[in-house]
Amino acid sequence: MPGAYRGIYRRDKGKGARVNSALPNSLRTGPDLSGHFGAYGGRFVAETLVPLVLDLEAAYEAAKKDASFQAELGGLLKHYVGRESPLYFAERLTQHFGGAKIYLKREDLNHTGAHKINNCLGQILLARRMGKTRIIAETGAGQHGVATATVAARFGLPCTVYMGEVDIERQKPNVFRMKLLGAEVRSVTSGSRTLKDAMNDALRDWVANVHDTFYIIGSAAGPHPYPAMVRDFQTVIGSETRAQMMAMEQRLPDLVVACVGGGSNAIGMFHPFVDDTDVEIHGVEAAGDGVDTPRHAATLSKGTPGVLHGARSYLLQDGDGQIVEAHSISAGLDYPGVGPEHSWLKEIGRVKYFSATDKEALDAFMLLSKLEGIIPALETAHALAHVARMAPRMRKDQIIAVCLSGRGDKDVFSVANALGEKL
Amino acid sequence: MSRLAARFSALKKEGRAAFVPFISAGDPDPETSFAILEKLPGAGADIIELGMPFSDPMADGPAVQASSMRALEAGANMNRTLDMVRKFRKADTKTPIVLMGYFNPIHAYGTARFSRDAAQAGADGLIVVDLPPEEDEVLRTPAAAQGLDIIRLATPTSNDARLPTILSGASGFLYYVSIAGVTGTKNFDRGDVAASVARIRKQSDLPVAVGFGVKTPEQAREIAGIADGVVVGSAIVNLIGTNIGAPREKIVSAVLELCRALAESAHAARTETV
Repeated sequence: MPGAYRGIYRRDKGKGARVNSALPNSLRTGPDLSGHFGAYGGRFVAETLVPLVLDLEAAYEAAKKDASFQAELGGLLKHYVGRESPLYFAERLTQHFGGAKIYLKREDLNHTGAHKINNCLGQILLARRMGKTRIIAETGAGQHGVATATVAARFGLPCTVYMGEVDIERQKPNVFRMKLLGAEVRSVTSGSRTLKDAMNDALRDWVANVHDTFYIIGSAAGPHPYPAMVRDFQTVIGSETRAQMMAMEQRLPDLVVACVGGGSNAIGMFHPFVDDTDVEIHGVEAAGDGVDTPRHAATLSKGTPGVLHGARSYLLQDGDGQIVEAHSISAGLDYPGVGPEHSWLKEIGRVKYFSATDKEALDAFMLLSKLEGIIPALETAHALAHVARMAPRMRKDQIIAVCLSGRGDKDVFSVANALGEKL
Repeated sequence: MSRLAARFSALKKEGRAAFVPFISAGDPDPETSFAILEKLPGAGADIIELGMPFSDPMADGPAVQASSMRALEAGANMNRTLDMVRKFRKADTKTPIVLMGYFNPIHAYGTARFSRDAAQAGADGLIVVDLPPEEDEVLRTPAAAQGLDIIRLATPTSNDARLPTILSGASGFLYYVSIAGVTGTKNFDRGDVAASVARIRKQSDLPVAVGFGVKTPEQAREIAGIADGVVVGSAIVNLIGTNIGAPREKIVSAVLELCRALAESAHAARTETV
């Protein structure tokens, strides 16, 4: 209930967020050795895949400690992606709301137009290190698919991207981009024909091609070690934001905001701030037609814990444990699950999760385009819709940092359609 | 002695392998599904695998996916699945039933309540595809307390380092997945399967049933020659799919006819364990 939330204004500066006292000194040490964040996470995969995820975990642990791996990744992030991405003070947006200063972390300026590339580069370097010769991925909005196809082209590996039939229809520009990059886009016609079904089919492909195939998961979801690995590769977002904010404002933001579908940009943005008790953190899910209607994707706000795609986490499901379809104008948030670390951060109360409807996201999409000359991704627009609620109610000396996770070029057809305009 | 142990012990004396058909509970509708279930023993089924339908069957190929969807669309849920077992048990107290599916519907039902209700309904074992040994304690403990066997899966990727983890805590029988892939897709390699079954037998006394890639009576015969049981699923539920729209009796008789052929073939092969 965003309207009822008052935490950040009531709190005196420096008093700190309320966090369960039974928790470890740092909230950045998870997951445990078996891949659990509290009661969430784990490795719920078919036995055929267990040796593979164990191998992947060992290879990732070794790569993490290998200076040459980190140096190669750092070089690619700088010269190929264009990092670091700017932290931009959105002056006109700030004036418009008349409250807190709003800073945008410009992941939309990365090569391929979103944060997804950060993770794809890390995983393809790992794939190469493990001697894998074929890449597969799932995609919803197509941003992760494009980023995966991009790195596969860059490293000369064949790439197959699974994408729901419904998403292929609403994200045509990205489908064509993937094809230009040499990837094969396989249309997924099972289930709701969206992101969750694309992930099912990618897992089926992986099971059938265990010897040569590396599965690049785009969300901070899936079996351990994926949630931790994706988070680590995306943490560059929050780490840069933190340093840039210190340089520009000589202090940390009061509020950090990001949109949450599977939760990769959000966990990357949040993670470097979770131990800063003065920093309030808000994730924003897709409310579709509204969280009190059957058509939404607000997994953390309205879901219950369950097991899907390799991890225990919050899910949209019925009383019989059947997964129900998610709905959002944004294909990238249209997922009935969420990364397990978000479920844990919700449960311990460190991060608060809100939602924004299709309509609110569209309004924010238009507003940022007109006031700042930045067309955001529809996913990102959900975070901006929450900023529209928070900023006017905060003091002018307070600061909000928002992850501008992607650019909106891919969404212009969907938006025109929603506005009743023909292109 | 559990129904599963009794059945495998009896089969061993007869020197033949178990024929284990799979159907999804409630496919294509509750009545037809039960009509098939109750006649499976008469068609040669030694053990029955009853699928608990799930919306996202990640380890299954197109045939079982479609079967699961048909069942769900016809109103299948966990209560109805357990009702089917209960009703079956009224007439048949000997044929073991193994419930097979994914963890989330069990998680939603509650693992303790599920174990109790499944055992009381007359189920004998559980195969939960996405619950590997590292994660299955939450179900294994309450299931064992109710006398339900936890049937573990071994696969072509289960090397000698992995097998002890799979075998520790396994009961009932071991399910060997004959292919690296989803159900009903690739064809198994007889030599590979024979070598893997032999490798498992070195480490375990549990009966070994083989499934995932077995479609024809000839393949069933091959597997029955090297394992203690042969599981056929996709070929059976596929037949239900291709007969949708036909009268109920026709669907039932088509399925039973296939099962009879598979069973005869499986039973004709003498196993190497005799």
